[in-house]
Amino acid sequence: MSKRTFSIGGVHPHDNKMSRECALEQLPLAPTVYISVAQHIGAPAVPVVAVGDKVKVGQVIAEPGGFVSTFIHSSVSGTVKSIGPRADLAGKPSSHIEIAVEGDEWAEGIDTTDTLVTEIPSDNKAIIEKIRRGGVVGLGGATVPTHVKLSPPPGSKCERVIINGCECEPYLTSDYRTLLEKGDKVVVGAAILRQVMGNVPCTIAIEENKPEAIAHIREVIARLGYQGIDVMVMKMMYPQGGEKQLIDAVMHRQVGSGALPISVGAVVQNVCTTLAVYDAVQKNKPIVDNSVTVTGACFPKQANLMVRVGTPLKYIVDYLGGVPESAAKVISGGPMMGRAVANLEAATVKGTGGLLFLTEAETRRQSAGNCIRCGKCADACPMGLEPFLLNKLSKAGDVEALEANAAHDCIECGCCMYSCPAHIPLLDNIRMGKGAALGAIRARAAAAKAAAEAAKK
Amino acid sequence: MSKLIVSPSPHIHSKDSTRSLMLDVVIALIPAVICSVVFYGWQELLVLGVSVASCVLLEWAITKYMLKKPSTIGDFSAVITGILLALNVPYTTPWWVIVIGSIVAIGVAKMTFGGLGQNIWNPALVGRVFLLVSFPTYMTTWSQPQGLFGVDAISGPTPLGTVQEGLMQGATVQELTSAYNYKDLLFANLGGSAGEVCALALLAGFVYLCCRKVIKPWITLSIFATVALTSLIFWGIDPARFTDPAFNLLTGGLILGACFMATDYVTSPMSVWGGVVFGVGIGFLTMMIRYFGSYPEGVSFAILIMNSVVPLLNMWFKQKKFGRK
Ligand code: SF4
Ligand code: SF4
Repeated sequence: MSKRTFSIGGVHPHDNKMSRECALEQLPLAPTVYISVAQHIGAPAVPVVAVGDKVKVGQVIAEPGGFVSTFIHSSVSGTVKSIGPRADLAGKPSSHIEIAVEGDEWAEGIDTTDTLVTEIPSDNKAIIEKIRRGGVVGLGGATVPTHVKLSPPPGSKCERVIINGCECEPYLTSDYRTLLEKGDKVVVGAAILRQVMGNVPCTIAIEENKPEAIAHIREVIARLGYQGIDVMVMKMMYPQGGEKQLIDAVMHRQVGSGALPISVGAVVQNVCTTLAVYDAVQKNKPIVDNSVTVTGACFPKQANLMVRVGTPLKYIVDYLGGVPESAAKVISGGPMMGRAVANLEAATVKGTGGLLFLTEAETRRQSAGNCIRCGKCADACPMGLEPFLLNKLSKAGDVEALEANAAHDCIECGCCMYSCPAHIPLLDNIRMGKGAALGAIRARAAAAKAAAEAAKK
Repeated sequence: MSKLIVSPSPHIHSKDSTRSLMLDVVIALIPAVICSVVFYGWQELLVLGVSVASCVLLEWAITKYMLKKPSTIGDFSAVITGILLALNVPYTTPWWVIVIGSIVAIGVAKMTFGGLGQNIWNPALVGRVFLLVSFPTYMTTWSQPQGLFGVDAISGPTPLGTVQEGLMQGATVQELTSAYNYKDLLFANLGGSAGEVCALALLAGFVYLCCRKVIKPWITLSIFATVALTSLIFWGIDPARFTDPAFNLLTGGLILGACFMATDYVTSPMSVWGGVVFGVGIGFLTMMIRYFGSYPEGVSFAILIMNSVVPLLNMWFKQKKFGRK
């Protein structure tokens, strides 16, 4: 079978997977962790511990602040020192729970052994509740609480679960190492997900640059004797890991503007999320740690680390020998969509998948020239948009035209800006245009709703 | 580590830059440049030198003294215009005529629109057509190639010119074209401006640009296909009045125009289908001008005409948006 990929656009940045041979390694516990209560999409969680409380690993320290919200657990055992605002990865203050680490004592009922449990509970409701209680969120980027994705709105039906093992961002290798070293658990997690969604088929999508992972997962599926789970080899193409792109590649269906994947019958979960589902359901183990790739050409020691949630970045970096002299930018995540980190005092969150160090030469922005109308941005855009046009409209602030040209469909993948030979900061501007278009659409929806309410009265 | 840079994603960039793409075009033109110098001798070298130098100097002077902006000559686009203009005129053209051509190309057709990327028409072509209209004598007295080490030049009209004139005097195409064999056309043994005589060298440059993914082949291929098809039909109907496809493909700067001027980013459509329509338009108009117009050579006019409808083509032929009807 020929290798698949999505149908529009895409780019081929060098994959730079320098840390691919580094096995997952346990990072020693930091003396203090800072756990954010707003590390998922939706309402922040509400702390349920007080300063001075003793907590254990895996104990709930904050409860959901709504349906689209989730539990947060202590990632360490120790004493709650403070609860209050602290600068997060982006440098913005948000509420954190500070815990001084004492020992490593786990909460009751968590199975910390490494034995593989393949027996899946039969009650799907109970499974989803376990996932919710385990604080599982999408670890591929958007950190949508997983139980939300697994509870499709009435009337929609899931036809296929897709496990996203593409890891199309350059440099990152934590999904790859997870597939290789924890493949058994990931496959059981996939089996749980397909059962929950109604015994639908499940596809584990892996890009062709990870042949070892492809072979290993195929072997695991055969060994565990699962039916209905298969591995699909994908062509290397960024942003294949984007939800809409992956569904298009695997199922040849395109999710409409503003619609959810379930509208075309798909549910997508990332590899690490699938592992977290396994842990939550089979082991009662909530998300207390996650895998983080620490890498960069200028970084002396490549690593894939298991890091407890809330570990200060500085602690991780110091463990590996400190920030290299030549590093000019530190990125949480990959080079295409990751966020530049303002301060290394910030702590990791569940969704932190990578820490990338780039030198000035690797990341310097060239000064922008005239648009030469080469169309490379439009060719690269996986959403079929016209970035050069959106750029112009964004600068002009023409909201109506932005909406007509689907600025709000932009997934902020960065392909356009990556490709532009004139070095125009396309995405910087398009982000603003997208915000304006979304704002207009929301305002209209709100106005329509208000009008409907008024008519009722 | 000094201060960390904080800027929004993406944090990396492809290796392409305007300069690197333009440099690739210059590289792609080198075979044709060498070929033309070998066939026409030092006079052609002079034409090239004057043309490139005046284009670059002019752009530098305009940005510096009139626009008071940082110079843009580093992007090599003026060099390309210079080379293309030179390849579009006979090697016997006096230097001052070339300077006028470059003033029109760079000064009028490019910089008054706002420089690279803002112009509607291909600058080199505007320059060439201006010269064709203003100095027809210099622009249409072609000489038989004499070569770097050749004997005296023999003056004579180009193959297309010969046919055009001959037809007006009542001769048939067969009589007129029997003098040429296509091997000569392909290997640059006949009269014409430099760019018209080195078919193979030009095609090599075109292949290079496609391989380097600087341009997509569709525009060029659809021009070739349309010219071939249109002339096949007309020639099939009346071979005594209309020239045959191979003759039309190999003469009159068609290859130069199709490979290097119709594919200019700025003045061609962005999408594949827009490009195909653009190419078909150029091919068809070229043949209409050649068969029924008063200029023997239609490519330049055809490209300029199609340049003007590029904004429309860009509007009509867009990539389908993801997940939308
Ligand atoms: S960032 Fe937006 S506009 Fe640019 S390529 Fe990605 S989806 Fe298209
Ligand atoms: S890639 Fe850059 S130069 Fe090319 S059309 Fe897009 S905005 Fe213009």
